[in-house]
Amino acid sequence: MSVVVKLEDVHKSFGLVEVLRGVSFEVSAGEVVAIIGRSGSGKSTALRCINRLEKIQSGSIEVCGRRVEAPDLDLRALRQDVGIVFQSYNLFPHLTVEENIVLAPRRVKNVKGAEAHALARTALEQVGLSDKIDAYPEQLSGGQQQRVAIARSLAMSPKVMLFDEVTSALDPELTGEVLRVMEKLAKGGMTMIMVTHEMGFARRAADRVIYMHTGKVWETGTGAMLGSPQTPELKNFLANEL
Amino acid sequence: MNGGFSLYYFYYLLEGMGWTVVLSALAFVVGGAAGFIVMLARISRSAALRRLVFVYVQIVQGTPLLIILFVVYFGLGIFGVEMPPLFAAGLSLMIYCSAFLGEIWRGCVEAVPRTQTEAAECLALTRWQTLRDVVLPQAARIATPPTVGFLVQVLKSTSLASVVGFVELTRAAQVINNSTFQPFLIFGIAGLLYFALCYPLSIWSRALERRLNVSRRQA
Repeated sequence: MSVVVKLEDVHKSFGLVEVLRGVSFEVSAGEVVAIIGRSGSGKSTALRCINRLEKIQSGSIEVCGRRVEAPDLDLRALRQDVGIVFQSYNLFPHLTVEENIVLAPRRVKNVKGAEAHALARTALEQVGLSDKIDAYPEQLSGGQQQRVAIARSLAMSPKVMLFDEVTSALDPELTGEVLRVMEKLAKGGMTMIMVTHEMGFARRAADRVIYMHTGKVWETGTGAMLGSPQTPELKNFLANEL
Repeated sequence: MNGGFSLYYFYYLLEGMGWTVVLSALAFVVGGAAGFIVMLARISRSAALRRLVFVYVQIVQGTPLLIILFVVYFGLGIFGVEMPPLFAAGLSLMIYCSAFLGEIWRGCVEAVPRTQTEAAECLALTRWQTLRDVVLPQAARIATPPTVGFLVQVLKSTSLASVVGFVELTRAAQVINNSTFQPFLIFGIAGLLYFALCYPLSIWSRALERRLNVSRRQA
């Protein structure tokens, strides 16, 4: 399997605070990786470095054969390959669901008219929201908004998708509907890296789980690792999560 | 000298009021266009450009409009630039509007959450596409009430154009008063006419603000 995302000894500081202290991991095509860890462990920052929402101080990040930290990086090409979904959805409130989805394909890939409409329909089918195509974001529940955000990202046909605590703002019922969409994507072969607090979901859906602690990859393994943690830190973390 | 206020004078005031509207509209349209450029420069990536335009804004905001008018009308006259009063007044008000509207609109653009820009740029939109398709439409909604409110200020400020001899409402009232010597009556009527122009705008601005607050609460 080809490596899609590769972090090597990544260091990142915000001012004097070193958030990432030598993070390394690889993600292969079609793999689903869950990053877990307590708040402040650097997991969201690691994710945001992958599509250069944050710049790193040292180390290297390679995504689909591109060096992310390179000064001459084609940022827009990188972001066509990497989709990201945020905790706060960040839909565009002045646009309908369809317009939210087709804005980037229209502007970036020059997709037009009927083709753009079909693209929106396909993306919405994938997240089970075909009937909401003309709605505005404020008319949707949080779970529905998050599914539209996933559809918006899918419409750019990314090679890898990042999920940054996408269910943290949702109640358990709405969390379920979003997680089901993500599981379906995972089964469809999408390469996914997700920062999550849903331990059950990480165990079920992820091929690999990465536990981050104090800016480092502390422990890594399959979902089963969550049943038999090796380090006291992970043991402690899991005990508090449940 | 015939005393007494007649209908003829009233028509003369209305004509002046017409020119007040023309001058306000001119100042607002041209000043708005310049203000848009000021706003773009203030959010530019170039620190030098940001600073340069910041200085421009500070100078204009820190100078009375009357002084700007004198500089434009008499100052440029020295260099042999022929300045019709409408042009001088329009140019001065344009400078005035560009600084204030530029700052009002910059504030509105910055009021759109950064996460919106982030989301758009993560979808590979360019900076310009992000501004045009995502940020500006949202900023425009926020900007409408204060912009209409500022229009009221501009409308009243056009009265200063009377000092360079442009016959708008205030100047028209002065002219009539010079022959009738009924300042209370004539300036009173002029005041009411200004009020008739400004009050509907104020009401509109407040209505827009209310509507914006409601839609925000729902969002």
